[in-house]
Amino acid sequence: MQARLIQRAKELLESGEVERVLGWTAGEFFYDLTPAVFTTVEVLEKDFRYNVFAGANLSKYLIAESRKPGKIAAFLKPCDSYSFLQLVKEHRINRENVYVVGVGCEGKCDMEKIRAAGIKGVLDVKQNGDTLVLDTLYGEKTMAVADALAERCAVCKSKKFAIYDELIGEDGEDSDDSRFAEVRRLEAMTPEERFAFWRGELSRCIRCNACRNVCPACSCEKCVFDNPASGVENKAAASSFEENMFHIIRAFHVAGRCTDCGECSRVCPQHIPLHLLNRKLISDMNELYGAYQAGADMESRPPMVDFRQNDPEPSIVHERGNR
Amino acid sequence: MKKIEKKNLSVLFEALAAKAALYIPADNAAGQSQFTRYEAGMTLSEKLNTARSPKDLFFPQIENLVDFQVFGKEIQVRERKAPEEDFILFGVRGCDCKSFEILDKVFLSEPADGYYAARRSHGIVMTLACGAPEETCFCGVFGIDPAAPGGDVSCYFAEDALFLQPLTSKGEALLEGIALEEAGDEAVEAEKTSIRRIADRLPLNQLSTEAFGGDKTKTLFDRPEWETLAKSCIGCGTCTFVCPTCQCYDVKEFKAGDTVQRFRCWDSCMYSDFTMMSAGQPRPTQKERFRQRFMHKLVYYPANNEGLFSCVGCGRCVAKCPIHMNIAKVMKTLGGAQNEK
Amino acid sequence: MRNEPLIPMIAQVTDVRIDTPDVKTFRVVGLDGKKPFTHIPGQCAMLSMPGVGEALFSITSSPTNQDFLEFSIKKCGCVTNWLHEIEPGQQITLRGPYGNGFPVDTAFRGQDMLFIAGGIGLAPLRSVINYVRDNRENYGQVDIVYGARSKDDLVDYPEIMEQWCKEPGLSVHLTIDREQEGWDGHVGFVPNYVKELGFDVHKTAIICGPPIMIKFTLSALQELGFDKTQVYTTMELKMKCGLGKCGRCNIGTKYVCKDGPVFRCDQLDELPDEY
Repeated sequence: MQARLIQRAKELLESGEVERVLGWTAGEFFYDLTPAVFTTVEVLEKDFRYNVFAGANLSKYLIAESRKPGKIAAFLKPCDSYSFLQLVKEHRINRENVYVVGVGCEGKCDMEKIRAAGIKGVLDVKQNGDTLVLDTLYGEKTMAVADALAERCAVCKSKKFAIYDELIGEDGEDSDDSRFAEVRRLEAMTPEERFAFWRGELSRCIRCNACRNVCPACSCEKCVFDNPASGVENKAAASSFEENMFHIIRAFHVAGRCTDCGECSRVCPQHIPLHLLNRKLISDMNELYGAYQAGADMESRPPMVDFRQNDPEPSIVHERGNR
Repeated sequence: MKKIEKKNLSVLFEALAAKAALYIPADNAAGQSQFTRYEAGMTLSEKLNTARSPKDLFFPQIENLVDFQVFGKEIQVRERKAPEEDFILFGVRGCDCKSFEILDKVFLSEPADGYYAARRSHGIVMTLACGAPEETCFCGVFGIDPAAPGGDVSCYFAEDALFLQPLTSKGEALLEGIALEEAGDEAVEAEKTSIRRIADRLPLNQLSTEAFGGDKTKTLFDRPEWETLAKSCIGCGTCTFVCPTCQCYDVKEFKAGDTVQRFRCWDSCMYSDFTMMSAGQPRPTQKERFRQRFMHKLVYYPANNEGLFSCVGCGRCVAKCPIHMNIAKVMKTLGGAQNEK
Repeated sequence: MRNEPLIPMIAQVTDVRIDTPDVKTFRVVGLDGKKPFTHIPGQCAMLSMPGVGEALFSITSSPTNQDFLEFSIKKCGCVTNWLHEIEPGQQITLRGPYGNGFPVDTAFRGQDMLFIAGGIGLAPLRSVINYVRDNRENYGQVDIVYGARSKDDLVDYPEIMEQWCKEPGLSVHLTIDREQEGWDGHVGFVPNYVKELGFDVHKTAIICGPPIMIKFTLSALQELGFDKTQVYTTMELKMKCGLGKCGRCNIGTKYVCKDGPVFRCDQLDELPDEY
């Protein structure tokens, strides 16, 4: 796959169809790829990498990149394509300046999963079909790709692209609703248990803002929490409950625009399952207003900014609020 | 040298906890290791490093400084007390132990920070040699020996036992009265050799500090590579907050009824408002903020502290950065590695 | 009370003087009615009002003033807006002094002094000017070039006219940016005026004002033949601690709050261009 991407990127640059290419650059190890913009074939051939650890959602970079002069090609996974289209829909990305190369995806691995399995000192990783062969400081180890998949990939919402200009690999299908299983488990809790669960999880927050800064739906030029004039600007919360509120407010703010890309949980250094807040809201919106997938198309009206005669009354929303 | 069977580790922890508040690396609900107040039944994490560094114990994320009450034109002050309780940190790695020295140079230099000073004088550090370093480790680059981690007591796991070597009078006093066997040095020496052998194979330990140091502002500041290195930085504070040596802070207030609580909290040079003034912004883009962080660790700090770098190679930023940009990559790009392959 | 550097003392404002439409000068003493601390000209202090915020200001009064500290403060942000609303008797919090100050008793000794200020930039210079006036025998000829947007924006105008202008060995050159009714003095920007005045290059110069004015005045002095080693200025960056610990006010290896705010212009050349 990497060779095909490099080849195509090279053609796009050489033909002058695009001036820049957004992809990934090599790290020190197999797993630590960094999103990067390539402008020359030389650097592209030397440093471009693509593998099962190319997990970062590149869409948000296109807000800034698509406003620069000249066209940019971007390699997007199916889930990235939803974030991309949502940002186009919100007039944040200048669509005309982006050439989307969809890259078929079978799920991305998460190094934290590998570490959590007790595998230490991973110097190199090779993918051998369904198996990862890990060269470590302490000998060779193997792990099934499936066991190393990021949570969001293990319950992937869809391998079907929302948008692309050309495709490398296969377009896929929407998946079942297995991603809501964890939401159902939380819903089955008593309010007290659920409150305790979230208080526990959110108590680990160190307010690094990684979740917000990586989130494609959090695309405000200046966040209200960074604005001293807003009265809610804070680097440290006055109380642990205020800290919790930051995440809850953020989840509400992105409701209807969150595509469930899972970046918030991927980047959280404290392993807080933030995506579950968003997923709960998605699940509720689906139930109350009909199935909706943010970023799936340009036309549909997002449920939170749409009003229909047959919308459930606020009282109904209130009544079922207890579950 | 003293020792205790590994299976009796909890006996040691109980004895230590009876002397003072004990903190050990333990796995939390998310499966990550964190320094946690010891309670009966708690087990030591198998992980190499805690997700957050032990700087938390000396320089907590939030420190209440002072309370004010305002009555008309009058202000009344109620100062918060600096902590006075002794505590023990068990399982500090060599890199993290070195980070205390780096923080000391900031907080204990005149005028000394009383809160930090109090915690340092009340804290007893029991280090633990790194039996199994990770690929993200590069403490050797900064002259740190993971086999000689320092502190008040150095500990080693070898031959199904924990070996304890007190290094200071504080450490001696701590071990007094605890049922430990006397032991020879052989097992620990063998373990040290094994650790150093692994450390030599660590890929990031090959990084060179040659291009960096207090006199390198001119050669490094305007390097064009900063632009590319900072390009994908999302401007979060992850690297800063997990870093054992990052110590920038903000002083803020919040109102609780008629009381104004002034506190200090961690801040990050990666944040846009870090240097924002009503009069202007000296670091307008992420490039300048990113550059500041690494110039500080590799140039500015050494310039003000006899050449000591403000990085200990713990590898937390390497493991945690959302886009995998880190000091190792910065050093490699700007300085090259000794054994460039 | 423990001597904790981040914990302020309580002080009170005993007088508020309106200098210009957006500058007021505050007289501050301790709760015992005495001057809270001694300082060096050019040093700063942290003033705050709980619930409003804390900010760093240069001390305007001279150390030779034994009775109180003065701060000339321009209205431009949260803390300054609040200060502009207060009345005498108001308590505030105070900590300091911070920074290096001007080398008044070393490098400046025996020198002819040239002070160049723009707008509120006079605030830190007034401390040095009055220190020099009070220790007249230690310094040579004194020239002061001071400019503001208009006559009304000249800070501390009465003291300038009634004391400085009448003092032997001290020449005051005022200028305003644009013609104004009732002004028969010089009109024009400070850097140009400095060139017009054409000073003897053996003087020690101190510039303080907006960054753009500092930049052009320095060039003007260099055109006149001044070397950067003869020119001093003060810097201002965002600060929180004043102790060189909170980590934000550095320009390269130097912390403005601790190693500055006073820098000699050749020292600034050694620092990266990030201010």
